[in-house]
Amino acid sequence: MSKVSFSVNGEVRDLELDTRTTLLDALREHLHLTGTKKGCDHGQCGACTVIVDGRRINACLSLAVMHEGDAITTVEGLGSPENLHPMQAAFIKHDGFQCGYCTPGQICSSVAVLEEIKAGIPSHVTADLTAASQVTPEEIRERMSGNICRCGAYSNILDAITEVAERQA
Amino acid sequence: MKFDTPATTNPIDRMKVVGQPIDRIDGRLKTTGQAPYAYEQNDAVRDPAYGYVIGAAIAKGRITGMDLRAARAAPGVLAIVTAENAGPLGKGDMNTARLLGGPEVDHYHQAIAVVVAETFEQARDAAQRVRVDYAPAGGAFDLAAARDTAKEVDQSASSVGDFEGAFAAAAVQLDATYTTPDQSHAMMEPHASIAAWQGDRLVVWTSNQMINWSAGDLAKTLKLPKEKVRLISPFIGGGFGGKLFLRSDAVMAALGSRAAKRPVKVALQRPLMMNNTTHRPATIQRIRIGAAPDGRIGAIAHESWSGDLPGGGPETAVDQTRLLYAGANRLTQLRLAVLDLPEGNAMRAPGEAPGLMALEIAMDEMAEKLGMDPVQFRIVNDTQVDPNDPDRPFSQRQLVKCLQLGAERFGWDQRNPRPGQSRQGRWLTGMGMASAFRNNLVMKSAARLRLDSRGEVTVETDMTDIGTGSYTIIAQTAAEMMGVPIDKVTVRLGDSSFPVSAGSGGQWGANSSTAGVYAACMKLREAVARKLGFNSADAVFAEGQVRSGNRGATLAEAAGPDGIVVEDILEYGDLSKRFQQSTFGAHFVEVAVDAATGEARVRRMLAVCAAGRILNPKTARSQVIGAMTMGVGAALMEELALDKRRGFFVNHDLAGYEVPVHADIPHQEVIFLDEADPISSPMKAKGVGELGLCGVGAAIANAIHNATGVRVRDYPITLDKYLDRLPEAV
Ligand code: FES
Ligand code: FES
Repeated sequence: MSKVSFSVNGEVRDLELDTRTTLLDALREHLHLTGTKKGCDHGQCGACTVIVDGRRINACLSLAVMHEGDAITTVEGLGSPENLHPMQAAFIKHDGFQCGYCTPGQICSSVAVLEEIKAGIPSHVTADLTAASQVTPEEIRERMSGNICRCGAYSNILDAITEVAERQA
Repeated sequence: MKFDTPATTNPIDRMKVVGQPIDRIDGRLKTTGQAPYAYEQNDAVRDPAYGYVIGAAIAKGRITGMDLRAARAAPGVLAIVTAENAGPLGKGDMNTARLLGGPEVDHYHQAIAVVVAETFEQARDAAQRVRVDYAPAGGAFDLAAARDTAKEVDQSASSVGDFEGAFAAAAVQLDATYTTPDQSHAMMEPHASIAAWQGDRLVVWTSNQMINWSAGDLAKTLKLPKEKVRLISPFIGGGFGGKLFLRSDAVMAALGSRAAKRPVKVALQRPLMMNNTTHRPATIQRIRIGAAPDGRIGAIAHESWSGDLPGGGPETAVDQTRLLYAGANRLTQLRLAVLDLPEGNAMRAPGEAPGLMALEIAMDEMAEKLGMDPVQFRIVNDTQVDPNDPDRPFSQRQLVKCLQLGAERFGWDQRNPRPGQSRQGRWLTGMGMASAFRNNLVMKSAARLRLDSRGEVTVETDMTDIGTGSYTIIAQTAAEMMGVPIDKVTVRLGDSSFPVSAGSGGQWGANSSTAGVYAACMKLREAVARKLGFNSADAVFAEGQVRSGNRGATLAEAAGPDGIVVEDILEYGDLSKRFQQSTFGAHFVEVAVDAATGEARVRRMLAVCAAGRILNPKTARSQVIGAMTMGVGAALMEELALDKRRGFFVNHDLAGYEVPVHADIPHQEVIFLDEADPISSPMKAKGVGELGLCGVGAAIANAIHNATGVRVRDYPITLDKYLDRLPEAV
């Protein structure tokens, strides 16, 4: 057992955990923040995507005790049913989900992807590494490809992200 | 309510709420992480223990010993359940293999134990300490090798006219064999359950498409009276047929909970799922088509071989060939071999999905032989009656319209009919198409309605929403029928204490479950009218009011302080016998194949669907694009790789079993024909969730052929199967 303290959605949480506990299970099983999903527990699906200190990670691939002092944002921290984040609203409008199980991960990823592009972080499909990154369908598809949606909502998710990006621009 | 004559005008025809592209009513919960799935019932279950399932490490044979000592002594362990201490167990009606194996092992990764501990980490750790000794037995694992041992199956066998004679005499002939691989549902939410015993009663929160089947099978497995078992499944993270049945997560949670005397939660570990649960079985399909020079089919035969465990069933890959095209001389036959692989069973559009993957390549090959346009070849062979029984018409069949409209919208006239001739830079480009066909099944379905003193309506039915949009279309149905805004309707689903619905399967869910709600609404309308002393036949329900002649009242007044509760079921007569009910569509695809590396990319996709009334164009469209995405997977990447010596699927996780990701999927277009089918149900709707998958794989295969000139008949169409045959890249 080991103590760890980090903030989740702006709230400081002190936990005493089995050191084998993943960040994902700390969120889901200990803090009962079940918005973050477990699809594979092996870093293969993206359902567990959360934002840690501004960067998206697979929470299943990270032990909770590694996050001392970190600021973690989960889907619950982006918005609530009464007060949706623009990305959540866009997913609803464009029907960017079906079963909803990949959805929190897709939404956390999309929010972080737009930030990554803004910060000029290149991707595999960025042609010119010296120019500013663009929000193109190709860039979004590439950057979102770690988030599997077996329901196949990809085409709608792209529409949702594009709409949010255009509004931010 | 009995539905035995075609529907006439009814309140659904107003289409004020039904038929509108309304956002999902559960969308806010799902996008904010507030929708509780099976493993997440923290409000309902306090302090659960964790179960970790151990799967058999052999495909067939016997467990000779299990050493549990180290595991029992490991920290936090509460119980270990194996076949030896589980007590007598039955087997569910829908299960082929037992859900707890031992000492006999029926397939690889069959559950043989569950370790229950205080925490997930402890349960996982203790599970690694269990030592199992096996005496493996030989088994049959390879369909091609077992092909000659396969037995004919009566189901789907048909013979009309003289196929052999007509085929031999046909001017143009095709005789080709196609294969489709084993595939996995790979839904994003693993099979998961929490079980809690309350005395001799068992409550299980689970992730399941068919509540009533699975409650019955859980009771049967545990040898309990069915009324002692309650299943609750409010949100389901995808199923695609993989959650039609009771699976080992629910049984292991129940047994673990009984042993540990605590609620127990179990999620199947992802690497266990593909061998532990069901899969779509591989097929070998032989298709023969004989046609006259004008393209008219005179002879058509489709035979398919598949395998399953003893007592299992075939993949019904020939079904669509009985009905899709005309032709006086016909033959279909299924053959089933015994294979000792994990259990084969339904995956999205069972039968038609793999069947059309083969048939629609064959049609493309035939069109090429005839020198005909593939769209035109299909149009020439349309039939408006069941070719096996010409007295039996289709209730509706707009296949030709789908084909024509699709060709026009897609720009099919831009396709070069000569394959391997279109080049854009490094890319060889091509277009392909296929017909889509899936039967429309109707299932009886019941619902309970409560009208309360505020004039609000609550619907309860054990129907499930697996991403299909059931919550939303059921709310739309009740709102339309009762004349209230949709936000005055509450929908409660997925609980075996609610009336038994059609459930989610075989693309029957939307039409059948809303038809059940329709029946209950008709009963509620009568109850309201009766209470107000109105004549129910001329009562009008609109804007929260009931009016009859110059009299009127609000629904709240009609309900009174006690409210009104009704329940009804919609049952079907013989309309589906008298009419062939099917759904139709056409898929068009453009691909680009890298001339040097062979990499194939899907550039554009279009589906045109004729599927009766579309209850919600937004959610229905999502069903279709999702199915098209799965079709891309089937065409280009999905294959459970089989170890033929040891009898298991090797790539049993989401890294090894590839499914489409964002980068694989282009923009997708969907067009629904304006249709309403009064033969189908009072909703005049049909299913669409499986239709969208049917034919996609072949359309992509045909596009790759058009781009490269190479014909691949073995799915998935990976580049190793055509790279050495690509046109010379200059
Ligand atoms: S659960 Fe973390 S990537 Fe799948
Ligand atoms: S919405 Fe079901 S997996 Fe994406």
